[in-house]
Amino acid sequence: MELTRRDAAAALAALGASGGVALGARVAADRSRDGDPGEDPEADGTASDDETVRETLTAVASVVYPSDLAGVDAFVETFLAGRLDDSAHAAGVRETVAELNHLANSWHGAPVADLDAADRDRLLREVGADAADEDPDGTTAERVRYYVVNELLLALYASPTGGELVGIENPQGHPGGAESYQRGPP
Amino acid sequence: MSGAGLAGDERSDVDAIDRTPVPDADVCVVGAGPAGALVADRLAGDRDVVILDAGPRFDPADRLARQERAIRPSYGRPDVWDVGGERDAHESAGDRYYPLNHARVKGVGGSTLHWQGMVMRLHEDDFNSGSERGVGPDWPIDYADLRPYYAAAERELGVAGASDNPYAPPREEPHPMPPFEPSYSDSLFAEACESLGIDMHSVPNARNSEPYEGRSPCVGYGTCQPVCPSGAKYDATVHVERAEERGATVIDRAPVERLEHDGDDRVTAAVYATPDGERHRQTADAFVVAAGGVETPRLLLLSASDRYPDGLANGSGHVGEFFMDHLFAGAGGTLDEPTRQNHVGFYTSACDQFYDEADESRAPFKLEFFNYAGPSPVESALSGDDWGDPLRDRLRSEYGNHVAMGGLVEQRPDADSRVTLAGDRTDDRGNPVPRIEWTVGDRALDTIERANEIQVSILEELGADVEWVAGPDATGPAYHHMGTTRMSDDPDRGVVDADCRTHDLGNCWIASSSVFPTSGAMNPTLTIAALALRVADGVEARLSRGT
Ligand SMILES: Cc1cc2nc3c(=O)[nH]c(=O)nc-3n(C[C@H](O)[C@H](O)[C@H](O)COP(=O)(O)OP(=O)(O)OC[C@H]3O[C@@H](n4cnc5c(N)ncnc54)[C@H](O)[C@@H]3O)c2cc1C
Ligand code: SF4
Repeated sequence: MELTRRDAAAALAALGASGGVALGARVAADRSRDGDPGEDPEADGTASDDETVRETLTAVASVVYPSDLAGVDAFVETFLAGRLDDSAHAAGVRETVAELNHLANSWHGAPVADLDAADRDRLLREVGADAADEDPDGTTAERVRYYVVNELLLALYASPTGGELVGIENPQGHPGGAESYQRGPP
Repeated sequence: MSGAGLAGDERSDVDAIDRTPVPDADVCVVGAGPAGALVADRLAGDRDVVILDAGPRFDPADRLARQERAIRPSYGRPDVWDVGGERDAHESAGDRYYPLNHARVKGVGGSTLHWQGMVMRLHEDDFNSGSERGVGPDWPIDYADLRPYYAAAERELGVAGASDNPYAPPREEPHPMPPFEPSYSDSLFAEACESLGIDMHSVPNARNSEPYEGRSPCVGYGTCQPVCPSGAKYDATVHVERAEERGATVIDRAPVERLEHDGDDRVTAAVYATPDGERHRQTADAFVVAAGGVETPRLLLLSASDRYPDGLANGSGHVGEFFMDHLFAGAGGTLDEPTRQNHVGFYTSACDQFYDEADESRAPFKLEFFNYAGPSPVESALSGDDWGDPLRDRLRSEYGNHVAMGGLVEQRPDADSRVTLAGDRTDDRGNPVPRIEWTVGDRALDTIERANEIQVSILEELGADVEWVAGPDATGPAYHHMGTTRMSDDPDRGVVDADCRTHDLGNCWIASSSVFPTSGAMNPTLTIAALALRVADGVEARLSRGT
């Protein structure tokens, strides 16, 4: 199945492109607010720049998304173009990606995007993101689950193509109209 | 995580808003849920109205983010609308735990921000439960008294419905909007019900089946409960905003801590707190308490004075007593064919056939055919320990063939089921928190079993593997708080009279399901809305008479 720009737009429409998501990430915002105003989280390496976030999340998507999906890179990029704004949620994504790449470098000698798929999968499991419950304010494992793995899974499975992949073309979160519930199976 | 700490703190203008009292107000309404909002809207324009609400004014732009909270597993239901923390502390001390913070929202719009929006009229016998069923008192009003107000309430909320329900009470006009069409799974249930001789019919929704008064039709987000991002589901911000346009003043984050009175048995002021730590006194000629079925009795109890040592309007001693909710009865399972669930978050068919068989030992109950049985794939995707192809395969196998039924059962009013003030626990302002002792009697528990029998027979007829039954042991509340300031003509037996005016204080009304003497088994909010419109007329009549 092929993910399209329409899916990315739908995921954004479902989840909100921007600021509002800050609701879910107060602590990240507090962290950046409490810091020395002169500090630049990107410059000191505690947050990734948006290009790195895109490369990393696209690489992670190739592991956490099903293998029979086409169009993943463009989907993730379009989704992130809407999502990576100046909200606290986006700051949480940037910081968590930096942390994940830091671990990738120390454990596997390269950032996530440069690892092969098996090593990416292993890294995520070594971090504990498979067993962790997502938590924006939690441990590294819980934050990787929240800001990286679940960020991607949410985008996919709230989109029409992601839903269709598992049997529901109008998944929760997607405003797919008030007719689909009336229709029988295709 | 606890949401209350987050409550709107992101709004930098919190402290800049003027929260001082309105001079020369005619009417002060406590609570901006549907009851308070409808009263305020009906009176605004002709009267100077001020609404005080304990919670914040939520930013409509945040609704998608709240929807994300509804889907993401790290947030509990109360977090979606920032319920919890010290502001909302409470005690549960009865036979059964009462999860109060799952059952309400504080803020402009009240609990309708979270509600599901199913809106039925009570049946005629519900108003005469004592004489018709031998249970509890009769209401001092009849269905006929409320009937025009029900019709008005349906227009105000915007109700989509049909007149195909042979068990519903008589109605004079069609619903304001056409009903939602039955779901695909309804069509499966219909065959099973037909062979069992069980009637299915449509169900009224406070949700737009077509554009209504400038609001969107339903677009199928599927997260109705706890948040509708499109505004197709009615919530009380509709009437709060309209009241404001007509001149009413809304003061948010202004919990009323006590009502003051004079020596002539009139309420003189609502004393409220503001986020800057100040306390203010809002005076008015008339007061309408619309703080929901738990906070309303709490406020009356908190307002005890030398003249009223047991709490305001509590000459009967019944404030806080007879706390009732509707009990959930349900069953579900799987079929060996697709059932197409979780496209929308509301149901489209119900069965009221058994409702009026109620008597002393059998409570009224209704049955619902769910459109959201089993897991929602996007939610399950976020909480497994798998990803990639194994996750896709798990979601495929989990989703697709679930069916379920729900139902609501009346509970008998019981003085020992009650809301009081906690002995030593206080909220963020130092006021005793509500203590809920919720008890459920045998009539309700036996009726849950009866509902389960019918549900299981329908599911079996459908060919389902029945995988769960929510019976007497697994039942829970439907989050409808009723009975705690009951209505009666007799000042010894009730807190308010037939006009919902308190017996003890001439200028104080209560608009809430707290006035229900018995609860029936229908979701309460249409009745709350009808009573609120009637209260507004009563207040207006008194004000114009100058009494
Ligand atoms: C999950 C859920 C699903 C529901 N589904 C349905 C349904 O399908 N159908 C149905 O009919 N009903 C449903 N309900 C119930 C429905 O939401 C309530 O019946 C309705 O909102 C009650 O209206 P109200 O105005 O009396 O109180 P509320 O809506 O609770 O509003 C009370 C307001 O008063 C304010 N307040 C409280 N104390 C004070 C104080 N001291 N000072 C100032 N303000 C105060 C609160 O902040 C709040 O905003 C549901 C409820 C929940 C939680
Ligand atoms: S399905 Fe529910 S949440 Fe979605 S638009 Fe309709 S009413 Fe709103």
